[in-house]
Amino acid sequence: MITNKIESQPEILEAVIIRFVGDSGDGMQLTGTQFSDTSAMFGNDIATFPNYPSEIRAPQGSLYGVSGFQVHIGSVEISTPGDNVDLLVAMNPAGLKTNLHSVKPGHTIIVDTDAFTKKNLEKAQYETNPLEDGSLGNYRVIEVAMTSMTKESLKNLDGLDNKSITRSKNMFALGMVYWMYNRSKDYTIDFFNKKFKSKPVVVEANTKVLNAGYYFAETLELIPNSYSISPAKMSKGIYRIIMGNTATAWGFLAAAEKSGLELFLGSYPITPATDILHELVKHKHFGVKAFQAEDEIAGISSAIGAAFAGDLAITTTSGPGLALKGEALGLAMMVELPLVVVNVQRGGPSTGLPTKTEQSDLLQAMYGRNGESPVIVIAASTPANCFNYAYHAAKLALEHMTPVILLTDGYIANGSAPWKIQSVSDMPEIKNNVVTEHHENWNPYDRDQETLARNWAIPGTPKLEHRIGGLEKDKVTGNVSYVPENHEYMVKVRSEKIKRVQNYIPELKTEFAEEGDLLVVGWGGTYGSLHTAVKQINEEGFKNIGFANFAYINPLPKNTEEVLRKFKKIVVCELNNGQFAKVLKINFNNIDIVQFNKIQGLPFGNNELIEKFKQLVK
Amino acid sequence: METTAVKKYTFRDFQSDQEVRWCPGCDDYVILRSMQKALPEMGVKKEDVVFISGIGCSSRFPYYMDTYGMHGIHGRAPGIASGVKLANPDLSVWIITGDGDAMAIGGNHFIHVLRRNIDLNIILFNNEIYGLTKGQFSPTSLVGQKTKSSPYGNTQPPFSPGELAIGAQARFFGRIGGNTPKEMADMFIEAEKFNGTSLIEVLQNCVIFNDGCFTQYTDKAVREDKQLFVEHGKPMIFGKEKNKGIVLNRLKLEVVTLGENGVSVDDILVHDAHEQDPTLHQMLVRLDYPLVTGIIRRFSDVTLEERENALTAEVKANSKFTKTDDLFFSGETYEVK
Repeated sequence: MITNKIESQPEILEAVIIRFVGDSGDGMQLTGTQFSDTSAMFGNDIATFPNYPSEIRAPQGSLYGVSGFQVHIGSVEISTPGDNVDLLVAMNPAGLKTNLHSVKPGHTIIVDTDAFTKKNLEKAQYETNPLEDGSLGNYRVIEVAMTSMTKESLKNLDGLDNKSITRSKNMFALGMVYWMYNRSKDYTIDFFNKKFKSKPVVVEANTKVLNAGYYFAETLELIPNSYSISPAKMSKGIYRIIMGNTATAWGFLAAAEKSGLELFLGSYPITPATDILHELVKHKHFGVKAFQAEDEIAGISSAIGAAFAGDLAITTTSGPGLALKGEALGLAMMVELPLVVVNVQRGGPSTGLPTKTEQSDLLQAMYGRNGESPVIVIAASTPANCFNYAYHAAKLALEHMTPVILLTDGYIANGSAPWKIQSVSDMPEIKNNVVTEHHENWNPYDRDQETLARNWAIPGTPKLEHRIGGLEKDKVTGNVSYVPENHEYMVKVRSEKIKRVQNYIPELKTEFAEEGDLLVVGWGGTYGSLHTAVKQINEEGFKNIGFANFAYINPLPKNTEEVLRKFKKIVVCELNNGQFAKVLKINFNNIDIVQFNKIQGLPFGNNELIEKFKQLVK
Repeated sequence: METTAVKKYTFRDFQSDQEVRWCPGCDDYVILRSMQKALPEMGVKKEDVVFISGIGCSSRFPYYMDTYGMHGIHGRAPGIASGVKLANPDLSVWIITGDGDAMAIGGNHFIHVLRRNIDLNIILFNNEIYGLTKGQFSPTSLVGQKTKSSPYGNTQPPFSPGELAIGAQARFFGRIGGNTPKEMADMFIEAEKFNGTSLIEVLQNCVIFNDGCFTQYTDKAVREDKQLFVEHGKPMIFGKEKNKGIVLNRLKLEVVTLGENGVSVDDILVHDAHEQDPTLHQMLVRLDYPLVTGIIRRFSDVTLEERENALTAEVKANSKFTKTDDLFFSGETYEVK
């Protein structure tokens, strides 16, 4: 049954990475979520990432129909879902084939041998059975007839069809993994009781199979004793596991409540941003107006209308959608209304790689509009801080009367992590520029002297009737103006308004070193990968390498140049062909900037980063 | 909307300080004046009125109205206006658009805004030409029409705005000649009263690039003989002598003469604008002799806001969430001590 002899010694681990893979219908997302939630409740830090095919119901057993869920848990700080795994649970040959390269040599693979039929092996394009041909010699392979044992454990249970019985085999796998990692089954059994409240037989079946897997692992003498991963040292508080897209949606809910405005979302479905729409449509109880428009353009147009009418207005999209919204975003910039545009970046160009992650919309966000059209651009960096950056995007939009583009990406949007719940009462104040009464010499383009934000006169307010629009406007009255000097003045004032945002955003901070030979620079969603790699290399003794993650990209933090100049060399690591490196090069002369780019629709791997950094300081 | 507290306005209250810059003789002046005269009759507060436009000659309109307004981008006024109205349903929101703005670049938004039935009013300035870009054919230009972009004649068959709109489920459709200000103002008032999206097509003469395109119907000398001005509940009679009428013959509308072949008033179709079934309205819209003006369709239906409000009330009544804290701390949370 076991191809490699396993030493039965208990091991204490700091962290472990587990990937569950199987057919789209095998319930891998649920299995992975249960494992990560249980670990979080236990006190581990976690990060997860789902990986599913873009086909909704891909053919069974096919290579492209493999669905996976990766969980990284630890007693230490966990910043990414990790790359190579310590344990692969493969429910079929296709899952094994597509994921084997990610298993660390010498580590464990659990397979459901019942799924390794001739037909499934053919579908997975295996010429010989990998369980028999010796090709898995470098791994500890635990072969388990999960399907048959699942059936066996449910043979006395009436009221379930064959399909439902077979489908619960994922719980057998989960039971085994729970035992291996010394996890309690209680959370999952509670989950069954709630989820299938009206179907007691389903609760019983799932519980039985979970227990069967758990006890099977316990009695299987060749499985090593369960690993121990202690609770992580996390700051005190109430936590929940949150997905990046949910955190983004909640950040806007919080901003609306804090600012006392109603939240309006104008949106059109697009992968991987749609979950924000899905989340916000649920919250009518908070007065959220979520409008699914006929296209991307109508999505942003409706948001601009809602902003004009006094709502906290947002629109959500991904790369191709941002391209469609470009002209309207220019209008929002021109009429100087508060608006947040969320771009959950995916692989581009064109339709690109919709389900894969990339950071290639940075320059589109910065410059993707006609004319001189500056807007604030900020980027969230972890699933949990999507909440904070959504909140701050709304705050900046309202306080500075400008569109704000919030960049996230597929990796952090679909990833999940513990979020220390933030109450709205603990969030910073949000001011706005609403003017409620007419005063002498009032004009729609009167500006705040500090921020240069114009005032916000909302329809329904007596005596403040005014017209705005996309044509250039007089600097005072807002009326249409073709006066040459006025145009130049207005272009500059709109630019200066964005530049002054520097006075309201945090300064750039470095981690691990304040000066030295190399500064690792990243922005947005690569935070976890870069942080983890620099931390590791620092612990290995490379104390001369610092790390800076940029959340504020337009404008850049005030002290950016000062920070960069403290390092001999800058390596800008991006999941694109060097867009942020270009931004830095445009802004700062005579700084030694090298690029490290990956454009594979995948996050950075830890090893490739460490190798690169070592090479750069050699 | 409260109408009791509304002060009495005159048309001057709705004139902005901006100089009107349309070509002399343009029907746009008639539309502007009719709107400024109609607004005081609507019982709405000036500060509650919002005009949203796209791009084109017509879309300069908001600048000339002393109300709230936004000159948007090409074709997108329906989106912007929908956002304004959904954000604040108490506002009286008007979309100002043209044939190119509404049916070419903004075609998608035009059909969807009609389908949704938000309480908005749309004034479509149809001049069958692109004016601001100086004379290209539009989606309502006729086949064979010579324009700057069709020097040998237009080869693209036109939309009939009413037919398209009713096909897109417009509940309120009216058509009016650009040279009949009184009837136009009345129609604007009716549009405002109507709860739902109302669309008014104004046959607007472009004196520069398509002069006389509607003369055959709108010229004072022929107007009564060539136009049938329909009114709900009244027989469809037209002509200087009031002796022509419309009957339904099998699946076609037919013009008959009263008193000839035994035809009497009783044989003439009576206009029912309120009918849900759009079949007859579509036939009226398509007729070219006589050209049908007036409110052709006015079917009362549930609006989007009403549906949304009902749902929101229901969700609020059944929800345990009143503050975001209720949501954030709900469900699966855990404490780190």
